[in-house]
Amino acid sequence: MEYRPEELLIFTIAKLLENMREVAVGVSSPIPGSGALLAQALSGGKTGVTVLNSRTLQSLNDGASELFDRAAQGRIDAFFLSGGQIDGQANINLVGIGDYPRHKVRWSGSFGSAMLYFLVPRVILFREEHTRRTMVKRVDFISAPGVSEAGVYRPGGPSHLLTGLGLFSFDKARARFRLQSVHPGHSIEEILDNTGFDFDLPETLATTAEPAPELLRLLRTMVAKRIKDPYPEFARIWPD
Amino acid sequence: MPICDLAELVSLIPDGAKIAIPPSRSGVAMAATRAIIAAGARDLHLVAIPTSGIQADILIGAGCVATMESAGVTLDEFGQAPRFVNAVKSGEIRLMDSTCPAIMSALQAGEKGIPFMPMRGLIGSDLLTFRPDYRVIENPMAEGADPIVTLPAIVPDIALFHAPMADQNGNVWIGKMRELMTMAHAAKVTLVTVEKIFDGDLMADPLRAPATIPALYITKIAKAGNGAWPLGLEGVYDIDKKGFSTYAKAAKTSDGFADYLDFGTT
Repeated sequence: MEYRPEELLIFTIAKLLENMREVAVGVSSPIPGSGALLAQALSGGKTGVTVLNSRTLQSLNDGASELFDRAAQGRIDAFFLSGGQIDGQANINLVGIGDYPRHKVRWSGSFGSAMLYFLVPRVILFREEHTRRTMVKRVDFISAPGVSEAGVYRPGGPSHLLTGLGLFSFDKARARFRLQSVHPGHSIEEILDNTGFDFDLPETLATTAEPAPELLRLLRTMVAKRIKDPYPEFARIWPD
Repeated sequence: MPICDLAELVSLIPDGAKIAIPPSRSGVAMAATRAIIAAGARDLHLVAIPTSGIQADILIGAGCVATMESAGVTLDEFGQAPRFVNAVKSGEIRLMDSTCPAIMSALQAGEKGIPFMPMRGLIGSDLLTFRPDYRVIENPMAEGADPIVTLPAIVPDIALFHAPMADQNGNVWIGKMRELMTMAHAAKVTLVTVEKIFDGDLMADPLRAPATIPALYITKIAKAGNGAWPLGLEGVYDIDKKGFSTYAKAAKTSDGFADYLDFGTT
């Protein structure tokens, strides 16, 4: 069955969220949001999902601190972060390019990353654009570090990096990514050419699994309908 | 009498004031923001609780801001905040970059009247490098070594926001926008614009009272219909996407922004 590139990413995210009790999704994240909703559907409703800034997909009512308080208590199992730059130690930069504070390129800011990256056990880094511009040797500004020194309280951190080209897993002890699979239609050479950092290669190269027809149907009906509330523009990829 | 007009409300904001402002989805006082610009405010220290968008951008573009303290400034689906980005690059404003939960925790310290709040995370980030006021201490409750960041309390001179309604006594109904409650608790002066004046006592109704800021935290209230425009107000009206994109386009250049200030704000 034919599928869109976004649908492969959503399906891949849903698989990374198996057995999670509670998944939270931040702002400007339609693909992670759809992945979380698909994981919820596949779990038979066991996986809880909070999509920030949504009217129907969250039930928080104690203001802008509540999600962070829940994360600090260990109530959130999985979250998504991104970066204008991501480096090989999984440091992320949401602030800008060049020297701080007068950056050459300035982005919005670090949002909740500098806390959630430490406290949420499974943080999935998601950035569709996989180029030497985004996947860099060393970030110019660390909004949140990929790993911490021994003794720093850190129950959480990065588990995977998903891009438009492939899926990496992160080894916290070695502070290195390992390529786990390459998306259909792309190659390991393409990934090597477009990645600014060193990473480990798998012993046997896998292709990212494609979504089965029944999952695509679930995605295009149940998930498409629910993601429309926070992301009406994005949901247009699935016409009614 | 807590109710006044918009010009009087903004006249209570002195140059150099530290002003707490809410996130874009949560009661942004845009009509008051335009009145602040018209009054020629200078050297404001904006504290976004914990992020901002068009409000910070327009105040920065108009030259009202000396310091921007926030975890993020963005026009969301309309892209980067252009006047903020321009001011960062030219060095016109002092930056106090932070992370959402740090700002919320520091504001709660202000609310509680305590000097600081500890928070997990931040260690090893460049946010900490560039915030000398954020200090790492050893957790005094731990058995062994356990470094933890302490954040100085945020005590705003002013909290400024927009809400659906207030009553004649000065009670302000905020619904689920609970960060507005924290802002009012922490700030020395709270200035509010509202869509309408409610005929009755908001505190007398047990269904409304828990979502109401009592008048004892409110300094002045001005009525400003459609006062969050072009942003929305939860449960009252949605964002005006056309009006918003007019700003986002105009603000891309200094000239476009100046024209917008002259003609586009009424």
